[in-house]
Amino acid sequence: MTGALRIEGLEKSFVLHTQGGVRLPVLAGLDLEVEPGECVALHGPSGVGKSTVLRCVHGNYRADAGRILVRHREGVMNMVTAHPREVLAVRRETIGHVSQFLRVIPRVSAADVVAETLRDRGTDRESADDAARSILHRLNIPPELQQLAPATFSGGEQQRVNLARVLVAHYPVLLLDEPTASLDRENREVVIDLIREAAGRGAAILGIFHDAAVRDAVATRVVAMDTGREAA
Amino acid sequence: MACDDRPLLSARGLTRYYGRILGCRDVNFDIWPGEVLGIVGESGSGKTTVLKCISARLEPSAGTVTYDTRTEGPVDIHRISEPARRLLMRTDWGFVHQDPRDGLRMAVSAGANIGERLMAVGARHYGQIRETATNWLGKVEMDTGRMDDLPCTFSGGMQQRLQIARNLVTAPRIVFMDEPTGGLDVSVQARLLDLLRGLVSDLGLAAVVVTHDLAVTRLLSHRLLVMRHGTVVETGLTDQVLDDPQHPYTQLLVSSVLHP
Amino acid sequence: MTRVSTAARDGGYTFAYLDEQTKRMVRRAILKAVAIPGYQVPFASREMPLPFGWGTGGIQVTASIIGRDDTLKVIDQGADDTVNAVSIRAFFARTAGVPTTTRTQDATIIQTRHRIPETPLRAGQILVYQVPIPEPLRWLEPREAETRRMHALQEYGVMHVRLYEDIARYGHIATSYDYPVRVNGRYLMRPSPIPKFDNPKMDRSPALQLFGAGREKRIYAVPPHTGVRSLDFDDHPFEVQKWDQACALCGSTASFLDEIVTDNQGGRMFVCSDTDHCETRVRAGHVESAAGGRDPGGP
Ligand SMILES: Nc1ncnc2c1ncn2[C@@H]1O[C@H](COP(=O)(O)OP(=O)(O)OP(=O)(O)O)[C@@H](O)[C@H]1O
Ligand SMILES: Nc1ncnc2c1ncn2[C@@H]1O[C@H](COP(=O)(O)OP(=O)(O)O)[C@@H](O)[C@H]1O
Ligand SMILES: [Mg+2]
Ligand SMILES: [Mg+2]
Ligand SMILES: [Zn+2]
Repeated sequence: MTGALRIEGLEKSFVLHTQGGVRLPVLAGLDLEVEPGECVALHGPSGVGKSTVLRCVHGNYRADAGRILVRHREGVMNMVTAHPREVLAVRRETIGHVSQFLRVIPRVSAADVVAETLRDRGTDRESADDAARSILHRLNIPPELQQLAPATFSGGEQQRVNLARVLVAHYPVLLLDEPTASLDRENREVVIDLIREAAGRGAAILGIFHDAAVRDAVATRVVAMDTGREAA
Repeated sequence: MACDDRPLLSARGLTRYYGRILGCRDVNFDIWPGEVLGIVGESGSGKTTVLKCISARLEPSAGTVTYDTRTEGPVDIHRISEPARRLLMRTDWGFVHQDPRDGLRMAVSAGANIGERLMAVGARHYGQIRETATNWLGKVEMDTGRMDDLPCTFSGGMQQRLQIARNLVTAPRIVFMDEPTGGLDVSVQARLLDLLRGLVSDLGLAAVVVTHDLAVTRLLSHRLLVMRHGTVVETGLTDQVLDDPQHPYTQLLVSSVLHP
Repeated sequence: MTRVSTAARDGGYTFAYLDEQTKRMVRRAILKAVAIPGYQVPFASREMPLPFGWGTGGIQVTASIIGRDDTLKVIDQGADDTVNAVSIRAFFARTAGVPTTTRTQDATIIQTRHRIPETPLRAGQILVYQVPIPEPLRWLEPREAETRRMHALQEYGVMHVRLYEDIARYGHIATSYDYPVRVNGRYLMRPSPIPKFDNPKMDRSPALQLFGAGREKRIYAVPPHTGVRSLDFDDHPFEVQKWDQACALCGSTASFLDEIVTDNQGGRMFVCSDTDHCETRVRAGHVESAAGGRDPGGP
């Protein structure tokens, strides 16, 4: 494995027991490798399984078969078989995941949500707070808003907080699920810059970008996905 | 945190019958230092039974519970001498009851409730005991002016806070909580959860939290056990179990709440 | 007052009222109690011709240890002449025919309620306490099985919770009677409702101290020369009661004083609670000049 992330024969289907045991096949043997500094865009119609791939890599979904290898600490971790504690360690140190929707803790301020990422990685409170303030500022979240809990934020504001909480740390692997979907033009440019900076630092980025302009601006490679089976 | 290579507490084949009624059967899990384990499941599924067995409040019918003590390494908590076990219970472990009346001494002041565990391990300096108790009252965000009031003059949320302080004062390594936010209003529940979340991560505590509220477990726990009819039907990372539940029962549980 | 008075035994009773079998059973309990200082030994408490609360536990202990050569003193709150003390003394005079006395140094057995005599006890004397509630942990733990386990495991930290509450509420340890002690560094013990003033007298006393609780059916003991330590905090050490004045009758400044009302105008004075001690001092010439007379009936 030369990349920072390597997916081999990833299979995933959902069995809906509450709905008569319907089986939804989603991924049927995906192979993919992402090198440090690369930004690979998953592309395909809605429902094809793009987010599912990212979630499997993050350990949020359980893969049925295949391997998801992540360069972690001095070795390689297979996220498909990793123990939950190892998954948590990978999430803390190696993989940053910007999900489609922000899931925050109620009553925790935006600034704290973002700083917590760094504090969990051992940064002292003051430096974490400084870094949080500065990236939120860059993403145009004004100081007044930073002190509020993001639950009442607009879709675009929540998305920027979600980005900030991941990009504030320099993860070696980044998973970005439509990071600019609800952003205006100005903020989209900021995010493009941030993604390029991350790639420039050597992060391996796997993302989903519906906006062609954004995709063109950040992706170094596009992987097309088809329903039921995917092509590399 | 995750670098400790030995679990703090392990349950193996844990089984408990109440006469012919099954409490829990063949439950297996490990808890590492600093880790929060959630146990969810419908009423009567055996959550409390498991919690009591792993905290030495109930003897299992079969199986072992191993705890990694500070001084002697791993011991079977149901095999060690009673004094050793009771010492663990009032120093290394905390137990937060759903009903604060089960976990507090209602006839003595808040300060004495917090100070009790200190005195139980030999603290004999009134001023220091009081100072520590005052600190803890502050840490659980209570008005330190209520120090000398009886717990019965407190609201349900305050009583739970007091119970938490009373347990944490001896710096336990693991805390067992049975529906800690059970009988509380939603807003009080939320503040208590914030507090617990903060304390658990600041103190690097391991915790086992029994709840039937999936939102509570999403906020607090790293890992989840889903129980039904006395057995564990699914286990895994909390968000994985809640977002991609595998077992039919877990799917039912998750689909029946609005925002798991 | 009588020094030693002797009465004829009423032959209608067995010696000291209790039958021999009962006495043997009580003696066995006493022996066990002496062997394990401070440990509460259960015994089959008998019906006595006095109501509970009148010291039936102490009476059964006394009845089981008293012999024809003994001289008995009975005190109640320090006085030999209250109804309770007089009745018990009369009871033994009648059933055992033993001499009775009010003088501490003349007695071989002293049955007491609420005081330890001021006159230091000597080897060979036995002090029998009447105990209403023997279990020191009862206030916080109603379950007997649990208190027994707490004793077995020496889980006594909670006892300090009570002292803590005192200080939190009153600024000092306000408990002044039945003040908890640790016997021989082991068992936690209730000394019965004696004032804490008397606690230090229990420590390393040359006399044997026996405690009988009739209603609760418990006997415990402090053998001679056994350490008895009152619980306290490092920064709130154990202290006994102190008075600003001396005894109005004998001038003693070292004894436990009772406040008594002397007239209808609310006049008060402080006098020794131990009437024998006071009278002995007065006889020996310690008379307080300013003091008024005292009704020999006492408080
Ligand atoms: N937790 C789940 N339980 C059941 N089915 C799921 C779950 N998550 C995703 N699916 C199903 O898997 C398929 C792929 O979903 P996924 O979210 O990966 O699509 P996507 O490619 O990201 O689509 P979009 O572009 O709309 O975001 C869909 O049919 C979806 O309904
Ligand atoms: N003390 C007990 N005696 C008899 N049955 C009990 C006792 N405690 C629990 N049970 C039974 O054991 C099962 C599991 O109970 P419990 O562990 O309390 O469940 P939960 O905490 O998940 O609601 C239930 O059937 C319950 O009725
Ligand atoms: Mg998607
Ligand atoms: Mg329960
Ligand atoms: Zn006097």
